[in-house]
Amino acid sequence: MRKCLWLWGLLFFALGFAWSITAERNPCTERISGSAGDVLEDDPVGRLKVYVYELPSKYNKKILQKDPRCLSHMFAAEIFMHRFLLSSPVQTLNPEGADWFYTPIYATCDLTPTGLPLPFKSPRMVRSAIQLISSSWPYWNRTEGADHFFVVPHDFGAYFHYQEEKAIERGILPILRRATLVQTFGQRNHVCLNEGSITIPPYAPPQKMRARQIPPDTPRSIFVYFRGLFCDVNNDPEGGYYARGARAAVWENFKSNPLFDISTEHPTTYYEDMQRAIFCLCPLGWAPWSPRLVEAIVFGCIPVIIADDTVLPFADAIPWEEIGVFVAEEDVPKLDKILTSIPSHVILRKQRLLANPSMKRAMLFPQPTLPGDAFHQILNGLARKLPHPKSVYLKPGEKILNWTAGPITDLKPW
Amino acid sequence: MKLSALQQSYLGRRSNSFRSSGPLDSSSDGAFKSPAAVFWLVLHGLSCLISLLLGFRFSRLVFLLLSTSSTYTSPFHSPTELAKTLDIRSVIPADPVGNVPLPFPNKTATNSRVVVGRHGIRIRPWPHPNPVEVMKAHRIIERVQTEQRLQFGVKDPRKIIVVTPTYVRTFQSLHLTGVMHSLMLVPYDLVWIVVEAGGVSNETASLIAKSGLRIIHVGFSQRMPNSWDERHKLETKMRLRGLRIVREKILDGIVIFADDSNMHSMELFDEIQNAKWFGAVSVGILANSANIDETVVEKRGEEENPRMPVQGPACNVSNMLAGWHTFNTLPFAGKSAVYIDDRATVLPRKLEWSGFVLNSRLLWKDGDKPEWMKDIDTLDGDIESPLDLVKDPSVVEPLGSCGRRVLLWWLRVEARADSKFPPRWIIDPPLEVTVPSKRTPWPDTPPELPSHKKPVIGIQEPIIKHTTKTRTSRSKRRSKRKHDETRTDRRTTGFDKTLQN
Repeated sequence: MRKCLWLWGLLFFALGFAWSITAERNPCTERISGSAGDVLEDDPVGRLKVYVYELPSKYNKKILQKDPRCLSHMFAAEIFMHRFLLSSPVQTLNPEGADWFYTPIYATCDLTPTGLPLPFKSPRMVRSAIQLISSSWPYWNRTEGADHFFVVPHDFGAYFHYQEEKAIERGILPILRRATLVQTFGQRNHVCLNEGSITIPPYAPPQKMRARQIPPDTPRSIFVYFRGLFCDVNNDPEGGYYARGARAAVWENFKSNPLFDISTEHPTTYYEDMQRAIFCLCPLGWAPWSPRLVEAIVFGCIPVIIADDTVLPFADAIPWEEIGVFVAEEDVPKLDKILTSIPSHVILRKQRLLANPSMKRAMLFPQPTLPGDAFHQILNGLARKLPHPKSVYLKPGEKILNWTAGPITDLKPW
Repeated sequence: MKLSALQQSYLGRRSNSFRSSGPLDSSSDGAFKSPAAVFWLVLHGLSCLISLLLGFRFSRLVFLLLSTSSTYTSPFHSPTELAKTLDIRSVIPADPVGNVPLPFPNKTATNSRVVVGRHGIRIRPWPHPNPVEVMKAHRIIERVQTEQRLQFGVKDPRKIIVVTPTYVRTFQSLHLTGVMHSLMLVPYDLVWIVVEAGGVSNETASLIAKSGLRIIHVGFSQRMPNSWDERHKLETKMRLRGLRIVREKILDGIVIFADDSNMHSMELFDEIQNAKWFGAVSVGILANSANIDETVVEKRGEEENPRMPVQGPACNVSNMLAGWHTFNTLPFAGKSAVYIDDRATVLPRKLEWSGFVLNSRLLWKDGDKPEWMKDIDTLDGDIESPLDLVKDPSVVEPLGSCGRRVLLWWLRVEARADSKFPPRWIIDPPLEVTVPSKRTPWPDTPPELPSHKKPVIGIQEPIIKHTTKTRTSRSKRRSKRKHDETRTDRRTTGFDKTLQN
């Protein structure tokens, strides 16, 4: 009997060993598992149901018709999310059985002639939309929005202002305080990041990036690469405000260093150069997030994130500390020492993680949708928050939100 | 980055923030405006104007002065403004770039250690590259590139066995150094079999020992003859000798024939890894014609398709081997070099050995190899071309995208028959003096050197006439003397120029 057991144990051990060897056979990539587990490739279909409110087209389609440029700027995620949900199997037409409710408002689509969004009317637009849904459907009042989610990809999320100080002053739009916000902004201990928000990457055009790929055996010969502004002369002439002085510090310390290919010029070979670089700097600008992170991930360049307390997209699904290099803003003068002291096996491991196709897919918003892309990651994030705790359901007549809070300009009808 | 630039110019509206927030603020106040609000608006506008003139934000300076004088907090600014003003106090005396390293402000208004507001720009005392870090970075880059090559380059690279026939002559150093350096750059395992006509010599041995490669150096008893025909035949025999070594030592890899005067590209070594049994690549033929006959040029002009100087496999549309390109030797008929030191064009054979590669397993005695390979022990006579090694020439695999890529070049350049060179190119005993150094540049020029005194005396006579002319044209003695000296200098520099010619 004992011998039998021993034999079985040995067999299992051998099988397991062989399986593990064959599983790690592919040296090119590594599986990614974050704090929530190995969830990047989860399929949200069947795990949640989303009901999409039918809003009058003045909230969405008419705005898009007025300005189709909204489809290609950094904040286009809100439009594509709406389209994705309308064609996805997670959408349910029966609101009684829905877990989450989505309100399609294109709040960042009011563009200047140069293509930059003006967020001044957005609070009023959101407010009027919520007034509409709370009066036409009973689901908002049931939970005061705790099982509703909104996509607010603007600079400081639901603050609807591009200046950080003003945004902090205003606070999150009071009526959105209980809802889940899907936003690009992420900074820990910042009032602009609600607990329970889902951080997403900014929109970057996937076809453009895919069209500019170079053969993968082109040797990576640039050590550190960065293209962008170091000082914003228009808005911050003396320096020190823009990027909290971090970008200017990078320039002053490393402008004469041959290992650092940094400049403000925008070359036509920007995407190709990123594929020839080992490290790509992703410092903060006026806000801590930027499409540079998405580009670095897609092109296999290890992102060097210089933004204190930043929260990166899908932080519970993607272990960012293992993939990127985090440098504190005060350590910028020692950046070369930090980067060269990383052991080469760690660098190779980071490159293997970056080569994982599910990582690249998770950062993009492709049209048509692909499994494992950013839309699915958002749904996975929403699914992980289920089931809703019983406390979100309010007793009839109970009110928590203050509908008249906020600056008076926001209270005007839209 | 376009998008971030977009964002920056978009935030350029910050400068218009007064205007845009103006209507909001005024509308927020509704019908009435408090005198404090009006006062602040006016002050803000005034400081904006002053800032335009001065070039920095004057309003902050004002607030600093006001906040230090009283315990006043502006209604428009949050407590984080105070943190900012603390920074400004130490920054104001510095120049606008702010390259004074500042300590990080610890006081925060929120729980986060990140503060909104103005920060110092940290610069280390010596912001230049550190050589130790640069070396470490280069090692990292090398490691990453090796890994890339492992992942995306050739899978399972095989060892390369290079067979080179050579002999001692003036141009041997030139040719063999070229091949040696090419082989030293090859990223794969390498064995170099050097077969030397006339026996193993110290010349060749000392030359190839510098490479650090694994070398098998054997001698061939015959000496290299003086005519090209004989030389080609002997080289063929030497290559067979090399192949026999591969058989004896049971070397495993890909055999390539690298003649010592050829030039190989690095892509060649990557491409031959694709050869399964017997491959062929295109060879560029550089048949240098020293004296181009006019008739040759005419004939060339008459031809409709100028012949490419390429030898190699030719494929049909379905990328299968259909035939062979060879170098057209007709224009050179009768005018080609016969002896090795002739100045006429050296012509290649119909198919050069260097364009063929074979799997070393074809040469082994036992082991599974295709039946179309002849046993090299049975071949003893003259083999005209490498295709005589196989029974069926259609089995040859065309490499380099079916022969469209030329990966190596064939060249034959040799010195005059009576040329001598120092053994191992070390000059010992010292050469005899041909030109004594005291008499440089050359003994043919006038013996006087262009020193200060002599030429003035020597050359003065011819230019006295010139000086008389200048005396009449210029009355001042000083300028005349200067003029004289400059003239002499010009004369001497003129002499120098002629001397250098």
